[in-house]
Amino acid sequence: MSEILVLVDHVDGDVKKVTLELLTLAGSLGTPAAVWAGSGYSDAAKAKLAEYGAEKIYVAAADEIGDYVSAPKAEVLAHLVAERSPAAVFLAATGEGKEIAGRLAIKTDSGVISDAVGVGEGFVAEQSIFGGGVNVRSRVTKGTPIITVRPNSTAPVAAPAAGAEEKVEVALSDAARAARIVERVVQEKGARPELTEAAIVVSGGRGVGSGENFAIIEKLADALGAAVGASRAATDAGWYPHQFQVGQTGKTVSPQLYIAAGISGAIQHRAGMQTSKTIVVINKDAEAPLFEIADFGVVGDLFQVVPQLTEEIEKRK
Amino acid sequence: MNIVVCVKQVPDTATERKLRSDDKTLDRDAADGVVNELDEYAVEEALRLKEAHGGEVTVLSMGPAKTTETIRKALAMGADKAVHLHDDALYGSDALGTSYALSQALKKIGYDLVILGSESTDARTGMLPAMLAERLGTPQLTLASKVEVDGSSIKVERITDYGYDKVEASLPAVVSVVEKINEPRYPSFKGIMAAKKKPVETLGVADAEIAADQVGLANSWSEVVEFAVAPPRAAGTVVKDEGDGGAKAAEFLASKKFV
Ligand SMILES: Cc1cc2nc3c(=O)[nH]c(=O)nc-3n(C[C@H](O)[C@H](O)[C@H](O)COP(=O)(O)OP(=O)(O)OC[C@H]3O[C@@H](n4cnc5c(N)ncnc54)[C@H](O)[C@@H]3O)c2cc1C
Ligand SMILES: Cc1cc2nc3c(=O)[nH]c(=O)nc-3n(C[C@H](O)[C@H](O)[C@H](O)COP(=O)(O)OP(=O)(O)OC[C@H]3O[C@@H](n4cnc5c(N)ncnc54)[C@H](O)[C@@H]3O)c2cc1C
Repeated sequence: MSEILVLVDHVDGDVKKVTLELLTLAGSLGTPAAVWAGSGYSDAAKAKLAEYGAEKIYVAAADEIGDYVSAPKAEVLAHLVAERSPAAVFLAATGEGKEIAGRLAIKTDSGVISDAVGVGEGFVAEQSIFGGGVNVRSRVTKGTPIITVRPNSTAPVAAPAAGAEEKVEVALSDAARAARIVERVVQEKGARPELTEAAIVVSGGRGVGSGENFAIIEKLADALGAAVGASRAATDAGWYPHQFQVGQTGKTVSPQLYIAAGISGAIQHRAGMQTSKTIVVINKDAEAPLFEIADFGVVGDLFQVVPQLTEEIEKRK
Repeated sequence: MNIVVCVKQVPDTATERKLRSDDKTLDRDAADGVVNELDEYAVEEALRLKEAHGGEVTVLSMGPAKTTETIRKALAMGADKAVHLHDDALYGSDALGTSYALSQALKKIGYDLVILGSESTDARTGMLPAMLAERLGTPQLTLASKVEVDGSSIKVERITDYGYDKVEASLPAVVSVVEKINEPRYPSFKGIMAAKKKPVETLGVADAEIAADQVGLANSWSEVVEFAVAPPRAAGTVVKDEGDGGAKAAEFLASKKFV
């Protein structure tokens, strides 16, 4: 079976969950080969990639790869596509992943599919567009299929493989060294899972009323091991940082469970969460449109319902 | 400073958006066309940079005839002139074709700085800014929440999952903006009147030296195989809180094995 390259998404040397999902997906269609680009590679990372099915691990460990925006990683992948003629290349549909995919498509004269929620036989990708209203099946018709896949599209399954390492040396072009990252500023670290990767997301909207009140949303999130999200009304008001906004101009999330408190369900909010597997809505207005897509809804005051829910969950632990 | 802002006309998200059943492309007639929201932030940033450093702001938009409405809106905000890339040969281009066509038009127009929104609301691929940087061989300063220009050097804050990166480069460069960057101005009545007289140049593929076999639906690098309207979600249970709403929600979560 031919190789499918999976670009490893890593932060501080830790492999992100979406990479394991991509390895699992690649394993269902060919032979997964992980591509590590940048510093931070370790035995622990290697073990993780092998555990989830990487037959091969291409390692381009030069520090300078991480010193510039997106372009160096695209050059590493383009080099491998030319040398190895893989059947396809999978990347995470994150801001950076999509940028790398776009640049790689031009370098290799290949088509690119963005934001797939599944990939099947013949690398036909499934996309969920217009805020989940339309399902599309699309495919690349020229070159090597390059596909970015949304986090949480596939459950990662352990499938131990060889993890045979191969070093890759790529001389970066001047163009790839044009936008230099001079400093990384870490604002929110916290113990909570990352919004787009989390299995459970608890979001608050205008109904939460203030930044301080978001503590009750955070408590419920922590009881469930969930990430915290917010509607634009809440981020615009400055109650919660912008990077946690869910929706059309925020993050797209697709968790197993999405709980929304004090969010009405505007189309622009739904665009970012409509593909969640289970949706729970808490709102005092029985007419709130988000109830239309709820699997379970409580019409009530979130200041009563949310703390009680948190308490009940703690009791059941 | 010569700034070009790329602006896309998109169907209004508040109306029902569709694909056409014949060629599976976006049905642009089914919904009202509006300026892609993030592109208003791109126009605003261009105007602020012009106000601080002098120069000229040119709007570049590729799309069908009705794209002129979107172009006028950007001109009414204060841009100086516009280029409308409009040719039947461009119809149905994918991201590769679109980025190629826009890059050729940009070479023709000339630029020190190209500013885009970071994502459209219809296709939402978010790839065009990086693809333009790749095609033009200029630095990519994307997902910017802050832009500073000083002579020929440019600095941006690029948002990341953990916060932001400080990124530096030299002009010419490609920038894409996120909505955190500014608050777009509303066109004034004077601006709207003035926009009617501002020059809009229409370029076809030959004018922009775009190879016709690299653009359009038939020459795309990808295709839609089929599509279907998503089945509505099955109706769920909604209960009224009688003092036990939280407990009932917990029961539901337990039944689904979330707790
Ligand atoms: C181009 C564009 C892009 C946009 N992008 C996004 C986006 O990315 N994400 C996003 O979220 N929005 C986005 N919006 C904004 C969107 O249209 C809505 O304005 C926004 O989602 C509303 O947020 P909300 O539901 O929190 O507030 P509201 O619509 O004001 O709803 C608040 C809800 O809280 C309920 N409530 C109030 N008090 C309580 C209480 N004590 N207990 C229980 N319920 C209570 C109310 O009944 C109401 O339903 C966008 C808009 C545009 C035009
Ligand atoms: C639902 C849907 C899904 C699609 N999926 C894919 C796909 O997976 N792969 C693919 O190759 N093509 C895809 N396309 C085609 C894609 O829409 C076009 O190539 C489009 O022109 C560029 O993509 P975008 O709108 O996603 O740009 P984005 O990268 O999301 O837009 C970023 C910025 O680029 C600028 N910009 C974008 N288009 C124009 C324009 N016409 N004129 C001026 N400035 C512009 C704007 O500043 C905008 O804010 C899809 C189209 C649709 C409708």
